[in-house]
Amino acid sequence: MEPLAPFRVLAPASIAEAVAAAAAHQGARFLAGGTDLLVNLRHGIGAPGVLIDLRSIPELRRLGPDRGIGAAVTLAEIAAAPPMLAAYPALIAAAASVAGPAHRAAGTLGGNLCLDTRCIFYNRGEWWRSATAFCLKHRGETCHVAPTGHRCHAAFSGDLAPALLAYDAEMRIAGPDGLRTEPLSALYAEDGAAHLRLGPGEFLAGVILPPDPWPAAYAKARTRGAIDFPLAGVAVALRTEAGSVAGLRVALTGTNARPFLLAGTEALLGTPVDAAWRDRLGRLVQKQVSPMRTTLAAAHYRRRVAAALAGRVAAQLAEAA
Amino acid sequence: MQMQPDAPPAAPRRFRLNGRDRSVTVPDHALLIDTLRETLRLTGTKQGCDGGECGACTVLIDSVPRLACLTRTGECEGRVVETIEGLARQGRMNRVQRAFHEQLGTQCGYCTPGMVMAAEALLRRVPHPTEPEIRAALAGNLCRCTGYVKIIAAVQAAAGEG
Repeated sequence: MEPLAPFRVLAPASIAEAVAAAAAHQGARFLAGGTDLLVNLRHGIGAPGVLIDLRSIPELRRLGPDRGIGAAVTLAEIAAAPPMLAAYPALIAAAASVAGPAHRAAGTLGGNLCLDTRCIFYNRGEWWRSATAFCLKHRGETCHVAPTGHRCHAAFSGDLAPALLAYDAEMRIAGPDGLRTEPLSALYAEDGAAHLRLGPGEFLAGVILPPDPWPAAYAKARTRGAIDFPLAGVAVALRTEAGSVAGLRVALTGTNARPFLLAGTEALLGTPVDAAWRDRLGRLVQKQVSPMRTTLAAAHYRRRVAAALAGRVAAQLAEAA
Repeated sequence: MQMQPDAPPAAPRRFRLNGRDRSVTVPDHALLIDTLRETLRLTGTKQGCDGGECGACTVLIDSVPRLACLTRTGECEGRVVETIEGLARQGRMNRVQRAFHEQLGTQCGYCTPGMVMAAEALLRRVPHPTEPEIRAALAGNLCRCTGYVKIIAAVQAAAGEG
């Protein structure tokens, strides 16, 4: 792989210092575990002269207080199922399913939520991409996945986002205008080349879990069971009353440029989870996911496996209720 | 490593490496894999995919397995770094190395240093791991020669010895 283009690393001690550092260094990138960013930089995707290391901010490394998780908390810390997360098993399962132990020791909550989108034409060395005149996402004119279109179809492949969306979590964004709290879904846009709605100098400071979460679970399909990004990942939060579905949130990853909450789930309320219900859920998923030829696995497989996983996870939750 | 004219200045990074205090002077963007192999000439840590996919460059930082290809040398400041070279004592292989040797847990050998370090970290944390625990601990270490069976047997043998 290519050597890293030189950069300096700043280690702010507070959120305010990080915001000031970003304002002072145009084009600087925020760094946490580096498991995504450093690989892309070695591929020649971007060459920021300054990286701002968010792990040096003690506040961002904290689990708690209350139900807050700092952006620089590692995936290993979440996967270790600390008592604070006992009511959020889908989040723990999602963190445990990311890559291998060494990645989870470095990778963070914020890094996984802000993961760059992925595509077989994008996650390549510079020499490889130069042979295809690069691509729409970086330096090129054409999306090789959909050459007649004008949009990048690279897929979001983070595992934590669907779990947190299913829990209806909020996020804290830090930036020049201070801290603001918004639903996590407001972070994402359906554009593989610009999927994060973060303004200049803004970064994700953490998430806030809701109180009294519904029972939820996460499952993903991947090429290598031991370590891999999701071809499709599904988190389901499901509340039942007297055997019928009383609340349902389904969130997906790996199929679109952003992780998203399935729309129209209210039509699935009021009935028990049976085969017919699973079919209806599956059809809803198949309608809303839009996997493209961004992985070596076929797009139609990812569409069908997303639907199957949604039904399976929902059925497991209904059975356990 | 090729230096650009506008390269940021190098600075001393102090950490404990294989039981010795070391100081290396490298820039912020220096990666641990390059510092170990090129600057310190410790070539036991293997450069495989060089992109965080294969686990061949697994080293221990504060007893936790980390990928040297995705770790900046600057991150190691004040910490305890261990590589495959640090396991043997007075020329005698440690229990994990010996078990890999005796159980034929190695073929071409390229993944072995990373495998051994990941296994060593597991056995420090869980002295008698189950097979699923071993598989989970080695999930990030790719071997293209073996079927992993003898690697797992080697870790089990090392655990039995411990």
